[in-house]
Amino acid sequence: MSDAHPVAASIVLQADVLVLGGGPAGTWAALSAARQGARVVLADKAYCGTSGAAAASNNNVWYVSDPARHEAEFTERFLSGGSLSERSWTDALLQGAVQQLHLLAKLGYPFPKTEAGVTNYATLRGPDYMRFMRLQIKRAGVQILDHSPMLGLLDYEGRVVGAHGVSRDGGRWQVQANATVMATGGCAFMSGALGTNVCTGDGHLAAGEAGARFSGMEFSNQYGLASSHSSVTKGLPFVWSTYSREDGSEIPIIDDEPFVSVARVLAEEPVFAVFDRASKDIQHWLRSGQANAFLPFDRKGIDPFTQRFPISLLLEGTVRGTGGIRLSGRDCATDVPGLYAAGDVTSREVVVGGRTGGGSPNSAWAIVTGAWAGAAASAFAVPQRSHAPVPLRPTTDLPVFSDPQLSRQVIEQYVWPLQTNLFRNAAGLGLALDVLEKAWHEPANHAAPIAHARSARAMLYVARLGYRSGLRRTESRALHQRIDFPARSDAQQYRQVVAGVDTFTFATDAVAN
Amino acid sequence: MIELISESRCTSCNRCVEVCPTGVFDAVDGTIPVIARPDQCQTCFMCELYCPVDAMYVDPCADGHVTVSEQTLIEQGLMGSYARSLGWKKARAGGTENDLTHHLFEIGVT
Repeated sequence: MSDAHPVAASIVLQADVLVLGGGPAGTWAALSAARQGARVVLADKAYCGTSGAAAASNNNVWYVSDPARHEAEFTERFLSGGSLSERSWTDALLQGAVQQLHLLAKLGYPFPKTEAGVTNYATLRGPDYMRFMRLQIKRAGVQILDHSPMLGLLDYEGRVVGAHGVSRDGGRWQVQANATVMATGGCAFMSGALGTNVCTGDGHLAAGEAGARFSGMEFSNQYGLASSHSSVTKGLPFVWSTYSREDGSEIPIIDDEPFVSVARVLAEEPVFAVFDRASKDIQHWLRSGQANAFLPFDRKGIDPFTQRFPISLLLEGTVRGTGGIRLSGRDCATDVPGLYAAGDVTSREVVVGGRTGGGSPNSAWAIVTGAWAGAAASAFAVPQRSHAPVPLRPTTDLPVFSDPQLSRQVIEQYVWPLQTNLFRNAAGLGLALDVLEKAWHEPANHAAPIAHARSARAMLYVARLGYRSGLRRTESRALHQRIDFPARSDAQQYRQVVAGVDTFTFATDAVAN
Repeated sequence: MIELISESRCTSCNRCVEVCPTGVFDAVDGTIPVIARPDQCQTCFMCELYCPVDAMYVDPCADGHVTVSEQTLIEQGLMGSYARSLGWKKARAGGTENDLTHHLFEIGVT
């Protein structure tokens, strides 16, 4: 790791709006801002178009065209999510999704149609969708910086005015912008869940350093089912799965989330699955929409509909868990002036509560908050265009790094395991926090690539936010299950808000009716 | 994980170097790209899709490397099989219109 900062940047750009992250939320934010006339730069740590959880997957979107159905959709999620979501956000999200998906069709996205010729707006195939979004933002004039991980935000008198980072060749980049949209995705702790090894919480750390607050971080422990040794955490085929122990005895599904019932056994012994409840028709429909779900089987000569196979659970963290940066309103502003946020990096509790937002709600959330954030960032930034450039400084004097090997080791041992992160108690969370804090204070290894050392620290940060929040919620609600507090506490029907970097302060948000 | 760039098929277009989200490949002057950081591969299969000549093979085993034979993979029809199952051709996107997921919605799956 070379000198951290300040370093003369070899790429220096000015924009109205800087978007950090090139997945669905980032590309929708960029598109929306550019369509409103903003000059937009988008920086992705990898390649906008293949980067992140959505590109590698298939995305079903929460598309409900009939407003009369909103009440039922809201009620179902309100009950399953531990009563933390809100009707007004749900209505706005569902309306926004319809509007944006219809725009996508107008832009030429090839949505599938039913045999009757009705467009199916609710299915976006990941590789096609993200490639299409890249093309759209380029057409709209967005300047894309690929392979450009962000190291931190830039500050001017308490406002976020851009970001700085490192390029693939080791040079530095800096973008000054009057508004910045954080769209860096969730954090899956490099567990290997499909497409998520770029989702390391880089944006959480940078936003936290700038003073952003987080909500629902205790609900950051979603796991994805995959056949053992594979990366393919695609949940849909598992809807038709039967689970069994090595001796063939069936494992009953007794929890709201089937993966939790599997986890109870998998924490102790191997578990097997077979998609034997899928009819021939369902098999055909699944294969047509979920080609990559079958790669691990087809390439190993296994028929998953008749032959059972061993399974694993991979931590999906806040990618399909629900905690993240707290939005202060539907303009997707954060608690920091000049900083907006969208997609999986934000808390989705207002629409799914403490349950997974995985599948269709998260896809809709990324699109709609992306579009909202881009529009609000543009409206905030463009009128300031004529102002003289301001002196910039990073939000922290020196970007801080951690040792990638140490971070990985601690996370594998204390964040991935079901015994600590899913089946929680004060002793387990406390022990994990002691180890995480120790790693947090260890100096970085100076031989590591700078972006990796920054991501290593970001993962430690997100883990600390999650466990500190989990320790404080002394009840069981939705994804957050405490062995030592197995009941729900009506007194804790609030959203828990946390702020800080080295030390944390807590507050609560009431759930609006 | 990524196990193969076919020397006979690869045209050194370096598209895989550009699109890999985790920086696995490096371009090399005058020859085909190299799998420089195989352990950073996240088994997302993106390089296969973006390879215009089906020269790449990602084995579904994500937690360790396996030995593969190009001849066997060709005989088994596995080179480029993901792209074909999606309907992508020569790294051009296609085939979303054949997605039948709406039938699953019609039987109540969300």
